[in-house]
Amino acid sequence: MNKDLTVSSSPHMLNKLTVPGVMWGVAISLVPVVISSVIFFNILAIRLMLTCVLSCVISEAAIQKLRGKKIAIKDGSAVVTGLLLAMVLPPALPVWTAVIGSIVAIGLGKQLFGGLGYNIFNPALLGRAFLMAAFPTLLTKWTSPFTLDAVTQATPLGLMKFSQIKTPYMDLFLGNTAGSLGETAALAILIGGGYLFIKRYAGWRIPLSFIVTASILGGALHAVNPSVFPNAAFHLLSGGLLLGAIFMATDPVTSPVTKKGRWIFGIGCGILVIVIRSWSGLPEGVMYSILLMNGITPLVNRYTKPRRFGAKR
Amino acid sequence: MIKTFPGGVQPACLKNETIDKLIKNAPVPREVIIPLLQHTGAPCEPMVSAGSRVRTGQVIARSDKFISSPIHASISGTVKKIDRYPHPVIGSFNAVFIEGDGADTKETSIKKTDNVNLLSEDEIRDIVRECGIVGLGGAAFPTHVKLALPEGKAIDSFILNGSECEPYLTCDHRLMLENPAGIIEGMAMMLRLTGASRAYIAIESNKIGAAFALEKILRDKRYNTLNAKIVILKTKYPQGAERSLIKSILNREVPPRGLPLDVGCVVSNVGTAFAVYEAVFNGKPLYERVVTVTGSCVAEPSNLRVRIGTPVKDLVDALGGLKKDVYKIIFGGPMMGLAQLSLDTPVIKGTSGILFLSKEDVAEYAETNCIRCGRCVDVCPLNMVPADIMRFVKKEQYERAIEYNVEDCIECGCCSYECPSKIPLFQWIKLGKTEVLNLRSAK
Repeated sequence: MNKDLTVSSSPHMLNKLTVPGVMWGVAISLVPVVISSVIFFNILAIRLMLTCVLSCVISEAAIQKLRGKKIAIKDGSAVVTGLLLAMVLPPALPVWTAVIGSIVAIGLGKQLFGGLGYNIFNPALLGRAFLMAAFPTLLTKWTSPFTLDAVTQATPLGLMKFSQIKTPYMDLFLGNTAGSLGETAALAILIGGGYLFIKRYAGWRIPLSFIVTASILGGALHAVNPSVFPNAAFHLLSGGLLLGAIFMATDPVTSPVTKKGRWIFGIGCGILVIVIRSWSGLPEGVMYSILLMNGITPLVNRYTKPRRFGAKR
Repeated sequence: MIKTFPGGVQPACLKNETIDKLIKNAPVPREVIIPLLQHTGAPCEPMVSAGSRVRTGQVIARSDKFISSPIHASISGTVKKIDRYPHPVIGSFNAVFIEGDGADTKETSIKKTDNVNLLSEDEIRDIVRECGIVGLGGAAFPTHVKLALPEGKAIDSFILNGSECEPYLTCDHRLMLENPAGIIEGMAMMLRLTGASRAYIAIESNKIGAAFALEKILRDKRYNTLNAKIVILKTKYPQGAERSLIKSILNREVPPRGLPLDVGCVVSNVGTAFAVYEAVFNGKPLYERVVTVTGSCVAEPSNLRVRIGTPVKDLVDALGGLKKDVYKIIFGGPMMGLAQLSLDTPVIKGTSGILFLSKEDVAEYAETNCIRCGRCVDVCPLNMVPADIMRFVKKEQYERAIEYNVEDCIECGCCSYECPSKIPLFQWIKLGKTEVLNLRSAK
């Protein structure tokens, strides 16, 4: 019987959480957002989500096959990318555009770098950034909730920035506004986010510092000039800030590994988003703020090495 | 207030099988195989040869080096041979084979004492050394060395470690419940020898019964002068590791490559304190220890008082055999313990537990890409970045690994435990440590 004994390095017990566990966990945390998006945008929501998820999964499998790698679509990461991409696109986006966005997200955003774990930028946001550059008109054509046509309707941030019209808070909170598919309903995002943090699928440092920084900076600007700058609550509830802070900025692959680094990442995102919203030509800046911080993540990691245990403070 | 340290993990406790069972004496084995190295320090030279008659508790090997500890016969009988034999920590080592005579005749050269106050500090330290007492928490550092503070060093705090943070193990817990008075007596002597003005007894929150048992003893007026306090710690691994313990209780950080002495304290395990008590009061050398023998394959999981040198297979027989196929045998706990090759491996002084685990107990996963989630960073009690060190070691960039403090690793295994990609991070870090050590000694 001796020869049957297995010898391997300690530890001999491991936590049950695996990468697929994390990915599918994130997908489950998105369920409230999925439901609210279907409530507000009905068949458009279903069409967009199915398109993005299917094209992401198929692109992932196809590229893995081409690269001679094991096909690993079961790990759920392509599903999450697809879902997140759908959440940041206009509900009435034509199917072919969504397909292109998905192919870019997976191909350029993830597989080109070497696949899961190696990419620098959040794949879903990279896909959206590409579409934004290639098809700006399609990407800024918003649909009012409960209407099935692409009735052109500005987002709350757009209304604020260009017409100084303030959307009621209750509409912002529940999601009864125009905007990207999954960004409008603050309530649904918060419920999903709560589950995400309780189950520890994502850390809390980035969203907390992101949201707090944006609130402080937004609030300060509002205090200086209330007629031009909206208040903190409006910043938080409108646009993609909550969705971005909770579901995009927390992507493990593209955010720092160190605790201090995660604080810096969140604070950086918060500052950038308010700066872009306040002084750029764009009404929204969550996507660019996160992508920019993604870009400096390796640098942040390098300069935030934790203090050595036992070394002098 | 419950104290703790930053980092660490919370694996399932898995202690229920043995937690309520009284410590039993394992049968005296027919043959023991006693390795000549069972402690941190210099190996011992045999004092006996084939044919020598030995009594239980007789010194059979010693070294004249200071950092070493004599080794005693654990049964009475005849020395058969001295030969290489499987060793639970270092693969194999020379060992003394003793064939028992069944009489278990005790050696009585070390005298007993009723009044420890009549003994000088040096006399106590000599008894501790002669009785071969080493740290029983696992590292097996010679206790007489720990109790002899280097010239110019002074400490203010003594920490008695009863945290037993490894899953499955309950030997310290049982000892605290069954022998609290002996543990406190042992601790009192250790305080006296180290000159510490305060004592902290560290117990995890899942062993409140042990805390009460010790508290009851401490209430005796005799112990007022000890200035001892029981500290309840969060049930978290590696709470019992020296550095984590000192951080939790005193909020002091032992410097890299330093010792608890450097921050004014000494840490000792409860089992060691009891062994010190038995040595001084009963004249009993360390020829047996309490071992938690458990795991889903064991018919009757138990805490056994086992003679040093007992081969594992004898314990299996004593506990009614095995219920199912054993996949791994582990000496120690599941987090830091060492998987064994053979059922012939003997129990040594540092063996706190023996786990017989089935394939289902030892979940194995396929390794996937690192997703840079930073969980290893969150759990590392030494503030390291395991994921980065793993990358450096893989690429043989040992200079970078040194920059990232690879040598600080206390080998708790939290990084590997927590990793969702199931990367054996600790194994990479251990390899890095070994390579760095080789580099340094080559220079």
